[in-house]
Amino acid sequence: MSAPHVPSRAPAAAVLPERGPDPVTVTLSVNGADHTFDIEPRVSLLDALRERLAMTGAKKGCDQGTCGACTVWVDGRRVLACLTLAIACEGREVTTVEGLAEGDELHAMQSAFIEQDAFQCGYCTPGQIMSAVALLNEGHAADDAEIREWMSGNICRCAAYPHIRAAIRTVRDRTT
Amino acid sequence: MRPISYSRASAVADAVAAVAADPTSDFLAGGTTEVDLLRQNVLLPRRLVDINDLPLTQIEDRPDGGLYIGALARMSEVAEAPAVRERFPMVAQALVLGASAQLRNMASMGGNMMQRVRCGYFRDATSLCNKRDPGSGCSALDGFNRGHAVLGVSEHCIATHPSDVAVPLMALDARIHTEGPHGRQVYAIDDFFLLPGDTPHLEHPLAHGELVVGIEVPGLRMARDSRYLKVRDRESYEFALASVAAAVTMEDGVIRDVRLALGGVATKPWRARRAEEILRGAPAGTETFRRAAREELSAARSTPLNAFKTELAQRTMIRVLETLTSPESRPDPETPTESPS
Repeated sequence: MSAPHVPSRAPAAAVLPERGPDPVTVTLSVNGADHTFDIEPRVSLLDALRERLAMTGAKKGCDQGTCGACTVWVDGRRVLACLTLAIACEGREVTTVEGLAEGDELHAMQSAFIEQDAFQCGYCTPGQIMSAVALLNEGHAADDAEIREWMSGNICRCAAYPHIRAAIRTVRDRTT
Repeated sequence: MRPISYSRASAVADAVAAVAADPTSDFLAGGTTEVDLLRQNVLLPRRLVDINDLPLTQIEDRPDGGLYIGALARMSEVAEAPAVRERFPMVAQALVLGASAQLRNMASMGGNMMQRVRCGYFRDATSLCNKRDPGSGCSALDGFNRGHAVLGVSEHCIATHPSDVAVPLMALDARIHTEGPHGRQVYAIDDFFLLPGDTPHLEHPLAHGELVVGIEVPGLRMARDSRYLKVRDRESYEFALASVAAAVTMEDGVIRDVRLALGGVATKPWRARRAEEILRGAPAGTETFRRAAREELSAARSTPLNAFKTELAQRTMIRVLETLTSPESRPDPETPTESPS
């Protein structure tokens, strides 16, 4: 086995300010509140949320962008927190499942997931819910086929898909 | 994942200068390739230069009826753009059939052109791979290569090019615009993707620090009635086993002009020029389509595991051509074609 190319540690020409690789101070806006903390630039948004901000709603399933369990919104669009660097979210607005409820009142999609029994183990559920709310905002829930297609980035190991679709239909039909 | 440092650029010239001056710096756009492969220890940059603040998100009309798509327009934005859906439906279709909604919100069009292959031996950072470690060998040749390419392969690499949207862009003769240490360059898309040959580690003719800034799509009337058909193991969120982008114009049952490109079966987005040559001027019909598809795949070089692709690619081509040339599928030319989504 041959070793991959290991780049030298020579400093770059100082065209742009460079931060890291040691921990640097970053400020993230999450669910409307600013949080300032020190992290290495390599830290993913998912790890920053879970390990530094104690927001464990977004889950680490695959950590390589295939399962959707880490789905959050950045500037209102659903993305994968595991393939997003936290430092790259400075100046952007991050929304997690913790930011959906209004105080003690659950978001309609959270309530619908409970009503429709749209999970078994629940591990993928926060990602499913963040994707489902975005799906309705995007207008891609006209019928079951469209829901299936536009929710395909959220894998459910327990295969609760029929009930997840039922929850989405419930909210869709209530709000349109 | 190794430690990295980070810079954020707000001007194209700054980003290009920073990366061009430092062989250990990479650009960071959507991150769906870069961060993924950083974590796998396949890519080992010392520093990432974040380009997401650069003003490269436009989707603009061109006077010739074409489009200029900024490199940082996201796949989801381009797929939804009315100009793309109406004038280049095969581009919109290829985009919505790629990846997942979340990845399409992240991935940029420039990054899509620069994405790396999905070959498991390239991605695992420990197998022999001539792309990752030139001259080390290719574990895929005798490995699990069911998803690998049958066209454009070499004895050094058989990795399939994974992009969907690059396939219709290839059919459309798109041009890739870059800014680099030597100024602005424009590449014909066929020249932008290199065959593996003896140098599979070279995938593009770009200098280090040369940044894709936009994709120019020339106007093409017949693209309004174009299709992208993708065949895969799962109905959604899966790479193509074979895909075809096609546009056809006919006159009295004869094919006047045709554009055809293949995905999922080749080491680069594959323009089916042999097939186009046979189709142009020939009567539209299954026999003609079969002959064209057979001729295009006559150069295929397969392994026992991926030999099915040679047949699958032909059937996919025939299916698209039948769909596009059957009278009931041809819309009134004055009516914009709705792209399914």
